[in-house]
Amino acid sequence: MIEVSDLAVNFGGVVSLDGMNVTFPTETCGLIGPNGAGKTTFFNVLSGFVTPRRGTVVCDGTDVLAMPHYKRARWGVRRTFQTEQAIESLTLFNNVLMVQENSDTHGRNDRTMVMEALELVGLSALAAQPIGAFGARERRFVEVARAIVGRPKMVLLDEPAAGLPDEETTSLRDVIAQIPARTGATVVLVDHDMALVQACCTTTAVLDFGRLLAAGPTAEVLRNSRVMEAYLGTQDTE
Amino acid sequence: MKVFARVFGLLPRGVGRVVGLFPPRLREFVVPSFAVLVALFGIPSLLNVYWVKIFTQVAIITIVAVGANILYGRVGLASLCQIGLMAVGTWVTLRLEFASGWPLPLVWLIGGLVTMFFGVLVGLPALRLGGLALAMITLMAAGGFTVLLNGFKFPNGGPGVKGLVLSVETRRVLGRPSFVNGNTAWYRFTVVVAVLALLLALVHLKTRPGRAWAAIRQSEPAALAAGIDVTRYKLWAFALASFLTGIAGGVYASSVGSPSPTTFQTPDNVTLFAVVIIGAVVIGGTFSLWGAVLAALLKEFLPQFLKTHLTRFMDAPDRIGIILFGLGILANLILTTRAAKKKGLSL
Repeated sequence: MIEVSDLAVNFGGVVSLDGMNVTFPTETCGLIGPNGAGKTTFFNVLSGFVTPRRGTVVCDGTDVLAMPHYKRARWGVRRTFQTEQAIESLTLFNNVLMVQENSDTHGRNDRTMVMEALELVGLSALAAQPIGAFGARERRFVEVARAIVGRPKMVLLDEPAAGLPDEETTSLRDVIAQIPARTGATVVLVDHDMALVQACCTTTAVLDFGRLLAAGPTAEVLRNSRVMEAYLGTQDTE
Repeated sequence: MKVFARVFGLLPRGVGRVVGLFPPRLREFVVPSFAVLVALFGIPSLLNVYWVKIFTQVAIITIVAVGANILYGRVGLASLCQIGLMAVGTWVTLRLEFASGWPLPLVWLIGGLVTMFFGVLVGLPALRLGGLALAMITLMAAGGFTVLLNGFKFPNGGPGVKGLVLSVETRRVLGRPSFVNGNTAWYRFTVVVAVLALLLALVHLKTRPGRAWAAIRQSEPAALAAGIDVTRYKLWAFALASFLTGIAGGVYASSVGSPSPTTFQTPDNVTLFAVVIIGAVVIGGTFSLWGAVLAALLKEFLPQFLKTHLTRFMDAPDRIGIILFGLGILANLILTTRAAKKKGLSL
């Protein structure tokens, strides 16, 4: 479970998160909103790239923002990026191993855990291949494998389906759906693909202009008139 | 640009075809073993004392180049003070040996550790700076080392820690360990030290620090998000590189007996950096450290070769530094273009 209270971020005069309050239960949760709503900023706060003006994020009783940046990933804050960040010069196995050996679960089972993660994303046959030769589809799954190896406590997926063809999105959906049960992590999925969000997420939160617009069971939230307004605009703006 | 890329690319492709005849596992073992055998037995039996001495210098500079190769090639940190750090190793070894008379291998080791301390100190700005700013700061540090060493009347063969002797006749000369007699044995010894340095570097590259360095080189934010303690691994790279460089400095002190400050000129740092980049471009690859060997050959062997065999280039040793620097810039352009292409950017 991730509890976000009164999280505020501004870049100079631009308010990116304006007192965000939300609770993500331990399962796959959607985080949606129009471009610029603050979704990636929220992830960047958790990764430590952005320092918030105020607010706390508590996960499983631990104040995540109080930890030094690199220790957050060790403790269990994992994420994927919109642009893939796999290390070109290393093999697939070493790419995932690198995350595992820098985590708190580092130990004798490293190799087994890496293979488990690769099996979950369906890339175990390519373990010995260098990433440089991979296509866009494989790279996306490599990102996911890096985020779920070991025992993550929260997995932040930043638009994992962007640019993927429909059939790949289906296999991605199957992978994402398995993450909470297999790892025990709370998954936060940011994506514009509403079919994917609906299929993966039992609950969904909606951000608009850095504030929580709505939160609750996914189907209800997507029917909410304010959410539709935020996405599609209102009729009387003409 | 393309012409240069092709010229630089020719050699590895040709070598690659021959090496490709061996199966991969065997290749990893056979080629380096063959090269070490040639270095240990081929060179001393085929060449005269003059060239053996040159190759001794190549072996020593290889150790320094390995450090620079790791810093720039693997972590992406441009350090322009490696020759300055080598001078620190030379100075510490020389003074400590005259002051204590301890066994030389022990003194080299201490020289390496003291140099490591200074290397980490120089590396501290790298935690906040990168690219050109770091290059400038390290070059300033190298200049600082040169000024200090000249100020201390380095090198000097007097007794004790500070020992200052102005006349050349009474100046002491640093010895070599008793188990190496003669120039050929000493040359083989330096090759063994260089091989050990390469192995130490290889072990690092193939294990956890190597993977962490690869991550830092590609993207610091992504490395951070993968749980890598960027500060620690950057300083680790500086520590390893300067430890090796300090050892090289100590062995160099024994090699020449009475080192001269002219060996450690500030521009030399830039030349070393240039040849290390050329080495990295010509012989790339994740775990290849051959680039460091090539760098040492370019810096120490090529000028002497040109001087001896091509009379038109009589003054080449003085100018080769500028030529190599130019080639280094071109090589760096190729290297960064390749890296940018891999990241999907076009230049």
